[in-house]
Amino acid sequence: MAKMSLGTMILKMSEGLGTTCGIFFLTLLFSLPLGLVVTLLRRSRLGVVRGITKVYISIMRGTPLMLQLMVVYYGPFYLSKWISKTFDVTFRLRWSGDVLVPIIIGFVLNYAAYFAEIYRSGIESIPAGQYEAAQVLGYSRPQTFLRIVLPQVVKRVLPSVTNEVITLVKDTSLAFTLGCMEMFTLGKSIANSQSKFTPFVIAGVFYYVFNALVAFVMARLERRLNYYR
Amino acid sequence: MRILEINHCRKRFGENQVLNDISLSVEEGQVVSIIGPSGSGKSTLLRCATLLETMDGGELKYLDRAAVREENGRAVYAPPAELKKIRQCFGLVFQNFNLFPHYSVLRNITEAPILVQKRKKEEVYAQAKELLKKMGLSGREDAYPYQLSGGQQQRVSIARALAMQPKMLFFDEPTSALDPELTGEILKVIRDLAAEKMTMVIVTHEMSFARDVSDQVVFMDGGVIVEQGAPEIISNPTQERTIRFLKNFAR
Repeated sequence: MAKMSLGTMILKMSEGLGTTCGIFFLTLLFSLPLGLVVTLLRRSRLGVVRGITKVYISIMRGTPLMLQLMVVYYGPFYLSKWISKTFDVTFRLRWSGDVLVPIIIGFVLNYAAYFAEIYRSGIESIPAGQYEAAQVLGYSRPQTFLRIVLPQVVKRVLPSVTNEVITLVKDTSLAFTLGCMEMFTLGKSIANSQSKFTPFVIAGVFYYVFNALVAFVMARLERRLNYYR
Repeated sequence: MRILEINHCRKRFGENQVLNDISLSVEEGQVVSIIGPSGSGKSTLLRCATLLETMDGGELKYLDRAAVREENGRAVYAPPAELKKIRQCFGLVFQNFNLFPHYSVLRNITEAPILVQKRKKEEVYAQAKELLKKMGLSGREDAYPYQLSGGQQQRVSIARALAMQPKMLFFDEPTSALDPELTGEILKVIRDLAAEKMTMVIVTHEMSFARDVSDQVVFMDGGVIVEQGAPEIISNPTQERTIRFLKNFAR
């Protein structure tokens, strides 16, 4: 294979940046709100719902994301194979089309669990007096949650969410497990074919700059919520 | 007209009987002070009356509407829709103010009347301005709670309660979180309200204030009303327990 210049390497790897950003933004888009749903289920009045949600969260936090991605991707195939064998039917499930779909599903399921726990700590940190004041003033339960509790939770959890978002930037590299052509996957293949370490350095710089941007944006958001204490 | 009526209220936390057969009624324009040592059940009584705590037995009525009635020795609460209406009868001022920190002073006062009572914005804003003026807080509409002193925050929370146009107000140790100087400003506001014949029930440790402002004083200890009557009982208590308690304030 022809020798690549530094510029060519950077250019080649940049082609995967779109995918990397896609995984990043789509994961946030779905997991931030899904996390809220999960945390509400986690606080449900029904014990069964609470129990199931707890198990889901503990699995998502207790096993590697890489493994979870593989389960989402290969799971349907092996499951359908087992069902076919056991019940003597023939059908096969497998992901067709863009590998990005199972990747996003895996990331969203994982990150929603983490966000749910962050939201929960935020919700539990709101003093009981806030609920009581709202109740005496006649706010309904949904009104109390949406108008009084949630805005204060957002402010309290922002630093923890920032942490998680920064982790997500780095976790996008796990998409290589399913052969997704994101930036790090491209970097690795270039490193292999060129027998060079440079692509890893380039990848490191990409992640670092990406996260510097994330930190900047989140710091601005935090400042915007500083109008009250 | 009788605004509040509590009959045979009972409440226990586990083994601890916090309220034992408490009865209390408040007529329109009356100021009732509840005094007594910590843990005597004063605050729990207030929390039961404001529906923040559920009572185990007894009756609770506002303007002859039953919020709680007794059936076979157990408290039965009215349906949620009825309780919602009954909540409109009273306001509550907390020891720790419990203002909404993310709302400006104006929004703290105006949101519930607009959102819950569905009143017209213009009318509510005009009323809020009036209330702030009365509380000596004109011009602080856009401030946030953290920018105000404790005394100012408590005055905002009184304004917030008044904006709902309640038939009566409860105060749960309204000055306990304040230093003596700020305590004075809050007591003055409550005195002014008393002069306007606002119906109030006040849990307090301010004995001389309670004596001056009240029509009726209730002394509680160990979940029961030990002594009850005209404010003079603070100067001339008859029960041994009341005498012992008030001695500590005579220092």
